[in-house]
Amino acid sequence: MMNERRAKVDESGLFAALPTIDEEVSRRLHRRLVEAANAAGVLDVAYRTIDTPVGALLLAATQKGLVRVAYASQDHDRVLNGLARDVSPRILQDPARLDRVAREIEEYFAGRRRVFGVPLDLQLSHGFRRTVLSHLREIGYGQTASYAAVAKASGNPKAVRAVGSACASNPLPVVVPCHRVVRSDGTMGQYVGGVEAKDALLALEATA
Amino acid sequence: MASRGYTEGRRKRVEPRGTRASSSRTTELRRLPSVSQKPFEEIVAEHGPTVLRVCRAVLGPVDAEDAWSETFLAALSAYPRLRAGSNIEAWLVTVAHRKALDHVRAASRRPIATNELPERPARDSGSAGWESGVWKALEALPLKQRQTIAYHYLVGMPYLQVAQIVGGSQDAARRAAADGIATLRQTLLKGESR
Repeated sequence: MMNERRAKVDESGLFAALPTIDEEVSRRLHRRLVEAANAAGVLDVAYRTIDTPVGALLLAATQKGLVRVAYASQDHDRVLNGLARDVSPRILQDPARLDRVAREIEEYFAGRRRVFGVPLDLQLSHGFRRTVLSHLREIGYGQTASYAAVAKASGNPKAVRAVGSACASNPLPVVVPCHRVVRSDGTMGQYVGGVEAKDALLALEATA
Repeated sequence: MASRGYTEGRRKRVEPRGTRASSSRTTELRRLPSVSQKPFEEIVAEHGPTVLRVCRAVLGPVDAEDAWSETFLAALSAYPRLRAGSNIEAWLVTVAHRKALDHVRAASRRPIATNELPERPARDSGSAGWESGVWKALEALPLKQRQTIAYHYLVGMPYLQVAQIVGGSQDAARRAAADGIATLRQTLLKGESR
């Protein structure tokens, strides 16, 4: 019905000259909206994507800090929908808020950075999983720890499987280094971004 | 005449003019967060172009982008409290309607300075020519005719919905749009044949 009505107008040709939005106007309006939203404090989640040697990474930040990093294999649209549900639907693409973390990740993949300095927002992780994540940050660059060791450090030596699921649900891979957790027998184990990505990160840290 | 909000089902909102979305509208819209809302980025991508066309048709080139920005900022602010299943397009057009009214009122309060507008650079790139053609014809129409034409013909809203936004009856909205279109046809087609 809607199309019929529009078609009727198009036939009359009255609005043919009324411009549709072009890319330049669209970009300008978007930028303006982002600026106004930041100034008004209503942009709850800003995001952008960056290209890395392990594929496109989605980066999302609240006003508190980096809240989500996601691999392409995790489906960025799905991740954004999850953020809308779990954090806030007030989400806009805003590369500027993620400039610093993007730069740090770029430096990391170039072998020029060993520690991330950006503030983190761990609100997507709760309870024991959050405890595990805080201990992951103690595993230094180029080192690895076993799931059992992380369980012990997190105060529950029997919770080896729970450490595994905490790593698998890490909302901040790469930055919170769950890739440094390996099996006790020395084999790599699973990874949220796929085994190849884990291999690439460990190889990078071993050589840089 | 208070501008009436877009009504979903039987819900009606009557809002004081000129209030910011973050104050009175906030309390009116407060409800449980809906189950799953899209990221607002998608709302901008889907509905941004339509809302800009509406702003251009109602306000013209000078104020259209300001009204668009105010509309989406207010919408972003209120978005988490929007009822699940709401007609997003109708909601945005309702907000745009109010923001456009603010501009019309502000313009009517401005002292008339004939050379003020032409001196302002047209920020509307990619729209070369429409200011002197379609907009000139639209601008000559009464405001209500411009509004009803924009909401019905550009957005594709049924007259019942148009009436809910502009106020008055469905028939009055239909008549306003028909009168406006008739005048436009005369002006524009006459211009073409010259």
